[in-house]
Amino acid sequence: MYPDERVARFVTENFIPARIHVRDQADDYRRFGERYGVQWTPTILVLDHDGIERHRIEGFLPTDDFRAQLLLGLAQMAFKRGEWEPAERRFREIVEQFPDGDAGPEAQYWAGVARYKASGDAQALGDTARAFAQRYQSSPWAKKASIWAR
Amino acid sequence: MQIEWRHDIDRVLDDAKAQKRPVLLDFSAAPM
Repeated sequence: MYPDERVARFVTENFIPARIHVRDQADDYRRFGERYGVQWTPTILVLDHDGIERHRIEGFLPTDDFRAQLLLGLAQMAFKRGEWEPAERRFREIVEQFPDGDAGPEAQYWAGVARYKASGDAQALGDTARAFAQRYQSSPWAKKASIWAR
Repeated sequence: MQIEWRHDIDRVLDDAKAQKRPVLLDFSAAPM
């Protein structure tokens, strides 16, 4: 995942990168593993600047899926801090850049929610449900969005 | 480009707060 130039650049530009090795830093692994409930490697956490976990990636992922998950982490971080417009922008970026990845349906769902949160207009949710009729119809996120089509 | 991983986690968390910058914290078993 990390040897990829695009991943390395994205990580460097957007995060303070920190690593705890399970054997070489056994004390830190135990201490921070308990703090964040980590039981397996690789586990990669997106923490906001207060050290609060906003997104979690467990297990290896191919490069593009990993890149999408990093973006999803930034989007979730903005969303959970109530920064609706940046969150929507990030979620839509995932759908546009990685339309065939696993993160796409989740990002499409939360983009609609972020737009609704920003605008208070329920049409944002209806539009999202209709978008799921065009793309990701069989995903669990389409089921979650289906109630908005009514 | 290579990622310059930091291993001083307490300091990283302090710096994140001071710089208002998110952290990517990787729990790894990969060779260092």
